[in-house]
This record gives sequence, structure tokens and C-alpha cells, in this order.
Amino acid sequence: MAELRMREALRDAMAEEMRRDEGVFVMGEDVAVFQGAFKVTEGLLEEFGERRVRDTPISENTIVGTGVGAAMGGLRPVVELMTVNFSLLALDQIVNHAAAIPYMFNGQARVPMVIRMPGGGGHQLGPTHSHSLEALYLQVPGLLVACPSTPADGKALLKAAIRDDNPVIFIEHESLYGTRGEVPDEGDEVLRFGEAAVRREGSDVTIVGVLKMAQVAEQAATKLAHKHGVEAEVIDPRTLRPLDLDTILESVRKTNRAVIVEEGWPHGGVGANLATLITEQAFDHLDAPVQRVTGADVHMPYSKRLEQAAIPHEEHVVKAALATLEGAI
Amino acid sequence: MADLPDAAACYELLSRMALIRRFEEEAGRQYQRAKAGGFLHLAIGEEATIVGTTSVMRDEDFLIGTYRTHGHAIARGTDPKRVMAELFGKVDGTSGGRGGSMHIFDAENRFMGGYGVVGGNLPIAAGLGLASQYKGEDAVTVCMFGDGASNTGNFGETMNLAALWKLPVLFLVENNLYGMGTAVERHSAQTDLSKKAEGYGIPGARADGMDVLAVREAVAAGIQAAREEDRPTLLEVVTYRYRGHSAADPEVYREREEVEEWREKDPIESFARRCVEAGVLGEREVQQTREAAEAAVTAAVEFAEASPEPPLDTMYENLYAVSDSGAWYAVDERSPEPHRGEREEQMPAAARELAEAGAAYAEQPEEEPRPNPAVHGDAQDGVQSRVSPEHEVGSEAEDVRPEDERSPERAINTEDGD
Repeated sequence: MAELRMREALRDAMAEEMRRDEGVFVMGEDVAVFQGAFKVTEGLLEEFGERRVRDTPISENTIVGTGVGAAMGGLRPVVELMTVNFSLLALDQIVNHAAAIPYMFNGQARVPMVIRMPGGGGHQLGPTHSHSLEALYLQVPGLLVACPSTPADGKALLKAAIRDDNPVIFIEHESLYGTRGEVPDEGDEVLRFGEAAVRREGSDVTIVGVLKMAQVAEQAATKLAHKHGVEAEVIDPRTLRPLDLDTILESVRKTNRAVIVEEGWPHGGVGANLATLITEQAFDHLDAPVQRVTGADVHMPYSKRLEQAAIPHEEHVVKAALATLEGAI
Repeated sequence: MADLPDAAACYELLSRMALIRRFEEEAGRQYQRAKAGGFLHLAIGEEATIVGTTSVMRDEDFLIGTYRTHGHAIARGTDPKRVMAELFGKVDGTSGGRGGSMHIFDAENRFMGGYGVVGGNLPIAAGLGLASQYKGEDAVTVCMFGDGASNTGNFGETMNLAALWKLPVLFLVENNLYGMGTAVERHSAQTDLSKKAEGYGIPGARADGMDVLAVREAVAAGIQAAREEDRPTLLEVVTYRYRGHSAADPEVYREREEVEEWREKDPIESFARRCVEAGVLGEREVQQTREAAEAAVTAAVEFAEASPEPPLDTMYENLYAVSDSGAWYAVDERSPEPHRGEREEQMPAAARELAEAGAAYAEQPEEEPRPNPAVHGDAQDGVQSRVSPEHEVGSEAEDVRPEDERSPERAINTEDGD
């Protein structure tokens, strides 16, 4: 085991897969000479050269589309979009092409590609640079959606994503790149998609946290235990499509309460979706309405004060958890 | 004027063009019979552009096109039966009835797809070219798109990327003078589309798309540049479609005389005439190409009629590739139990019931034959505003207030102004 930052773990995942498979290559804006806007591709150009680590023009739809074509032609592109925000410029290629091609051509073509994109708020980047769009990609059949919160998961999920024969939306969080964590040394640590992690066991309330909010959920659980004597079970789904609903439902059947924490917008969000699934499939086990904690329904404001007010924090999660327990404690 | 190739090559060119013509005419007829659904974009008039191009491609080369590509697939070698079955939405169609007219695909013949979104195929072509180059293979990608696509962001982005990376791709604009119903001089500031190459530092060329030999010559040069020098070219081929943009096109944007003028330059008739006059083919052989086309298309319709409807249990097939490393499932949330979605036995009862209930609607017979929008004008109905002019927009509209789902019970302070 080694202690790595998230960005290093992701870099190692790409480097290992590139050593393993000649067809794997990386392309995106400033991924080669500049070594990545967030330094995730640091060192790749030096090791693998310009053929396999390719700087692209600022042309998001074409970057993704070129990846789609290269994947159909037998390669395994790892495409970096500088941020989730800019992925909106590539929605046509992601939704109408990458996701649809295997189905609409009845399996005659496959699109084994990974589209990496960091997102999230908290850096005073304002309305166009702070999106959390997990829910948007979650909606699209044909895509897989990963959202790792720890360096170990980041590495193992990215390796799995690169080996998978489907298009994968791989959402990273800008605030997590510096997070340190134990990561297994080089080997074949590949995490299967659709396996949630139970970060903390508890019997009073289930808290599901997505991406960075998995960490916030854990912090809230610690506070709930210390200050309120409440034992929360914290689940990090790690992938949203496929979703390990079984693990979540099993927990809810035990705790009879659920809180979902995400950074994205509330309407049609990950939480809205998951709350419905829980209500549909574990209604008889619920002792309280499912609670959602989400980002505010606004475009992310620049002002640090307003921005922090728009992002979910530990206190919000604690409050939502306690709300599910009203009258019970 | 390009020299005529030998008799066998002339016969082949003429046969392919005749087959596409006859196929498209029949597709139009089957659309009227409501055997083919959705949109139907016919390439009648554009046969020389298609056949001239494919006739100088190698088997290993890739062809990628638009939503008007029944003929492109057939020219590449796809059995017309399978294309017709796709139009009928049948299981033996090129995409098993999932793609329809706009999304023909044939991996075996390296026809890499019809694409429904204008310009959507351009970056994919660059990717196919990149894959060939990356693997050190000789294949060239020919990317065909319409004049309208030359205005999309994808066009500029892809030209730049392909030029920058020296990709072995020939970009071929099938300029049929209209982007749907908008004439080229009304949609493009530069009407000589080949000149759009200049900004990307790649060669631009123009050819007569009604002359199959001119197209052959120009495409061969572009392919050679791509194959031997890894150099992309933008080739504009000027052609014309006799039918509307799609079958639902009342053609209010052009005069009948214009269509007649172009029919005079018919690519099939003119080539047949030239072959006969030069003594390369006889009248009898020309007639044979027509008869062969007729027989092939009749067989295609019979085949498509007889082909079964796609079974409901195939609904989820190929949505995802289930690989060795991946242990995950297609999950249709309408059916609570996650299922693999690969085979009927794995399809949970709830999902099957939903599928069967929905499919029952497909069995309801059409009440009357599909009206021809060009004649009956129903395509124009949608253009008419359903809102009468005196009705003030917004007069009855509800005030839309920001609604933050995080706090359903809390009044939002933007209501103050009410």
C-alpha cells in the first residue's frame, strides 16, 4: 500500500492500463505538454510520447466524437474534458452518439471509451465552472457513470472503466484531487461497477453520499454519533449507473430511515431518483420520509459567502438525519 | 471529361446506380404504404455521387455518412434486402429494426453508419482515421455529409483537428444545394464550399456530382492523398436530389422547373447514353441493369415483408456490452428488479408486461393510407401557429417562481414583487 493523492492514483491507473494495452491512449485539452489542467496526466507524455498522449484543440464535441470514432475503430480512448461544465458542449456526441451507437446499430459497433471530467463547486469559480451534473448523465441509457470519492476507488474504478467495453462518464471532484488515501500498489485492483461501499456501519439512519458528499456524509455521521448518540450508516455508491441499489435497500431495511446527499441541483437530481427507488421498493420499511440534501437551486454564485451557502455541509446532513428521527429519539 | 473505364467497370457503375435509384423509388412507395415509418430521406438524383465514391474505395476503407444513406450502404455491398428490412423495422434489418432509415450500419462492409444529427458523423470520421493511423493500417476513411453540415461547429472543429493531426480522411460534401428547405446561398456565406478548406490549410476541390466518372476521379485523388500522404482533403461534389428533403416535404422552396432542369442532367441516363454512344455497352446491357435492379428491389420488399418483427425480449439487447470485466446490468427502473436484459428468461415479469402492453399499440391497423404530405400539405400544418395573433402571449401564463426543492415549505423571497 502507498499513500497517494487522488490525482496521482488516477494518473497511475491510466499509466498502468497504457502499459498493459497498446490501444489505450489519452487525449484532451492540455493533457500532454501542460500535463493536465489539474495535473492528473502529469508524466504521461514523458513516458508514452505524443502518439498516445495527445493535446487537442478546444473543441469538446469533436474531442468526444473523435474518441467515439477511435473506439469504434478498435482503440480504447481515455478522453479528458477539462471540466464537467465544458462537457455540455459535447452532449451531442455523448448522448446521441457514444451512448446510442451500440444500441442503434444493434451491437455491430462498440464504444469502449472513458470520458473523464472534474466538476463540483467550492472554489469561487461561479456559475459556469461549478457544475455537478451526475444526474444528467445518470439519465442516459447506454452510459456508465462513476463518481469515486477516495484515491483507492478512483484508481480501481478508472482501471475498470478503461477495460469496460461501454462508454463511461467518469466524474471527478476538483476538491478531491489533493485528498490522500491508501492505494494498493501496482496490480490488478479493479473495482467492479455497481458495488457500493459501506463507509461506516450504523443502525439508526442510512446516509448515501455521492462523490465529495460521501466524505461530508462521513463527517456528519461522526458528529451525529458524538453529539446526538445517533449511529448512521454511510454508503458511497461509487457508481450511479449501474447503481448498487441492493446495498442501499438492505441498509434502509435495517435503519428504516434514509438521507441522500449530493452537490447537484435538487430538481430531478440523484437524490430525487434514489428517494423514489427507496420509496417504491422499501416503503413498508420506512419510518420517515426520505430526506434529500442537495445544492441550492441556483447557478453557483461567485461570492464566497453565497457559494458556501449554496453547497451542502455537514450541518445540513446532521439536520436532515435528525429530521428522519424526529420523535424517535 | 474523364475517359470511360472498361466495359465491366462501366456495367458495374451503371448497375449500382440503377439499383440505388430503383431502391429509393420503391422505398418511397413503401413509405406511402406505411410499411416504412418515421422519416425517409431519398437520394434520387445523387446516385453518381454515391457510386462514384464507393467505386474507388478499397474493402478495408471506412465509409461514414448521414441520414440519407440507403444507397451508400448498398453501394458498399450491403444486401438491399437488409436495408429494406431495416426500413420496415424488421429483425433482419441492418440494425435489427433499432435504427431505421436514418441509421443504417454494416460493419462487415465497413459502412460505419448513417447518422441522424447533421454534422454528427464528422468527428467520428476523424476518430476512425485516427484509429487507422494509430494502428499503422492503410485504411482511409471517407466522410460524406451535406452542404448544411458545413455550417456546423463540428465541421470547423473536425477540419481543424484532422488537418492538425494529418488524419487519413477524405471529407466529401454532397452539396445538393439545399440544407433541408434552405438554399445554399441562403445558408452559407461562402457558396463555393470547397473554399472552406482554405482556413484549415488543406486542399479543397470541386467535382460535378452528376457525372460518375468526374466523382471517381476526384475521390480517387483525395483517397490517394489520405492514404499515401496522410493528408485530409475537402471535396465538394455538386449534386441534386429530385425528391424533397424527406418524404414529408411539400417543396415550397424551389420551382418545378429547377427540378426539371436537373433531371436533364440525370446521372444514370447521361452515363448510360455515353456508354452506348462510345460503344462500350449496348442498349441491351443497359436494359439488363434496369431489369436486375427491378428484380433485386422486388426481392428486397418480399424479404422485408416476410422478416419477423423484433421479439420484445430483445428490447434491451446491445444497450450495454456485457464484458468479462463488467458485472453490471441494464436496469430499467420501470421494473423494480434489476435485470440483465439480455434474454427473455432473464426479463422480469413486470418489464415484460410493460413491453407487451406497449407493443399492442403497434398492432392497431392504420385507418387509411398515409397521406402524401407533399400533395396534401399536412407537413405545413405544423408551421402554422396554433396561437391566434390576438392572444397575447403570457397574458394567462402563470407566474413562474423559483422553486427550491430543498425548502418546499418556505416562501421564497422573490415573491415580494407580487
